[in-house]
Amino acid sequence: MFLRRVLPSRRDPGSWFDPGRMLRDFEQLLDVASRSAWASPETGVFPPLNITRDSNCFYVRAELPGVQASELEITTEGNKLSLAGSREIATEKGDVSYHRRERAAGSFSRTLVLPSEVDAERVEARYQDGILTITLPLSDNSRARQITVRTD
Amino acid sequence: MTSNKQEAMQATEKHELASEAERTRPGAVFSPAVDIFETATEITVLADMPGVTSDHLEIDLRDGVLTLEGRVEPTRAEGQDVVISEYVESGTFFRKFSLSDTIDQTKIDATLTDGVLRLRLPKVEKAQPRRIEVKSK
Repeated sequence: MFLRRVLPSRRDPGSWFDPGRMLRDFEQLLDVASRSAWASPETGVFPPLNITRDSNCFYVRAELPGVQASELEITTEGNKLSLAGSREIATEKGDVSYHRRERAAGSFSRTLVLPSEVDAERVEARYQDGILTITLPLSDNSRARQITVRTD
Repeated sequence: MTSNKQEAMQATEKHELASEAERTRPGAVFSPAVDIFETATEITVLADMPGVTSDHLEIDLRDGVLTLEGRVEPTRAEGQDVVISEYVESGTFFRKFSLSDTIDQTKIDATLTDGVLRLRLPKVEKAQPRRIEVKSK
C-alpha cells in the first residue's frame, strides 16, 4: 500500500486555498488506495466492474457491448481473476462521412484480487446483450461456517 | 509512431444526463456513445447500450428528431452484498438527434446485437423533377 502527499500544491501560488484541488487530491488518494487492495501491479482500468457476493459465490459484471465472446480470456488462479479481450469496430465500406465517432475500440486487460479463494473448476462466465457475468463459487474452505458454541 | 499493440482501452465514466428523460423515468439516465455516419443514400447510427433488450428499446422519429431510449432492468438478485461498484448498472440510455435529411420511415432498419444498436435510416429519394407545362390561351 503506498500513500501520496495530499497537500496544497505549490504549482499555483495564486490560489492559497483551493477546496476543489484538495477534494480532487483526496479523491485520487482514495482511488489509489481502494484500487491497490484489489489490483495487481500490471492491471488496466477497463472495463469497470461491479462485484457482488452472497454466501456461496462472487458475481462479477462488466458492460462490454459488441465484443466477441469467443475472444474473451477469463482466467482464475487462487483468489485472482483476470479478464482480457478486445473490442473491434468494423471500418465501414464505401464512401462514408462520419458525424460522430464516440465508441472506443482497443484491447483491455484487468486482474482482480478477490477477498476469498474461489473454486476455479466451477467458475462460469456468460455474455448476453453486451453484459459479461462471471460467477465464481467460493472454494470450500473459504465459505463461512457457522460455529456452534459448546457450553458443557 | 506506429505500434503493433492495440491501444489499451480506457475506462470512461458513464455519461449521466440531467434532461427531460430523467424527470419521467426512475433511476439514472445515461447518454450512450454513438457513431453516426452517412452515405449518399442513408444515415447509420451505432449506439452502445449494454444490457438493453429489444423489448426495452424505443426508437422514435418525428419532425426530423430521432429519439433513442433503452431501459436496463436491475439484475442483481436479492440477498447479494456489494463488494465493488464501479458503474451504475440499471437505468435508461437516452439520446436525441436532429436529422438534416428526410428519412423514409418505411425503410428504417434496427438491429440490437450484444448491446449495440445498429439503426439504418435510408434517405428519401429526391423527388423526381417535374416539368410543368405552361399552357397559353
